[in-house]
Amino acid sequence: MTERATVAECEVLEIAPGELTATVSCLKNERAFDLLASVTAVDWPERKPRFDVVYHFYSTTTFRRLRLKTRVDEADPTVDSLVPLYGSALFMERECHEMYGIRFRGHPDPRPILLYEGFVGHPLRKDYPIRQEQPLVPYRK
Amino acid sequence: MDARTVPIVPAAPQGAKDAAFEYLTTRKDELVGWARKFSLFPYPFVTACCAMEFMAVSSTPYDTDRFGAALPRFSPRQSDLLMVVGTITHKQAPILLKVYEQMCEPKWVMAFGACATSGGFYQNYAAVAGIDRIIPVDIYIPGCPPRPETVIDAIMKLQARIAGDRHPIVTKDF
Repeated sequence: MTERATVAECEVLEIAPGELTATVSCLKNERAFDLLASVTAVDWPERKPRFDVVYHFYSTTTFRRLRLKTRVDEADPTVDSLVPLYGSALFMERECHEMYGIRFRGHPDPRPILLYEGFVGHPLRKDYPIRQEQPLVPYRK
Repeated sequence: MDARTVPIVPAAPQGAKDAAFEYLTTRKDELVGWARKFSLFPYPFVTACCAMEFMAVSSTPYDTDRFGAALPRFSPRQSDLLMVVGTITHKQAPILLKVYEQMCEPKWVMAFGACATSGGFYQNYAAVAGIDRIIPVDIYIPGCPPRPETVIDAIMKLQARIAGDRHPIVTKDF
């Protein structure tokens, strides 16, 4: 399952989650995409599999951009971590993990980065109640 | 005339009681309130973009120095006006509470801008919808960000409140 397209001068590549590490190491080593610019996810609540995990790459030698998407399901939202290939994945995967609940297999430090310890749920998922707060300080009466 | 020969005249001649400024009468609360309202030491708890407006209002041409609120103290123990400037997130809330608790009495809290007042447009998992859910607030400033005139108006209103307030020398704490 590999689809290619070009949207707004950004090449888009859709792959299966199992092909991720092989594809990305090919992009890095053979296609000179030496910069991982972002890691995020998209939640499609009615779709199966539910999540897109989206990566953006940039090449500082050929000046090309590439968007890599892979679909994972809610039951097992796991993809391989890209930390062994790109150091910048360290923080971005932590954020994606806490906001969408995507698990990155092999991530060395999956603590929350923007949220706090004890936060229940994943706030950027569509089914997180929009006004639900989890205060750390008890409110005044 | 030689400078040495200038006679030294006392400001109030000996025995002239009407010219001497020897005592005046006032109420204790008025005196203490007058002293306190002109010696506000703000602690700027600055978290977001309202900081730009805070800089604008503290420097020329607006200049909070004219109202005795000039010198920001970056230790809560030395300040008596907590200016909460910007959005307070739930992650930031314990820090704000700790800063507030470290301030000595008397202390006042100013919610600067829409976010500190009510959360502004951040009605979500991250932001506290108004710092008055955590600490008591004395004066709220609307605006996103507030105009400097609004801030000065708030300082003057707070000063008027301090001047008219009771200022007990002995409180319940000591």
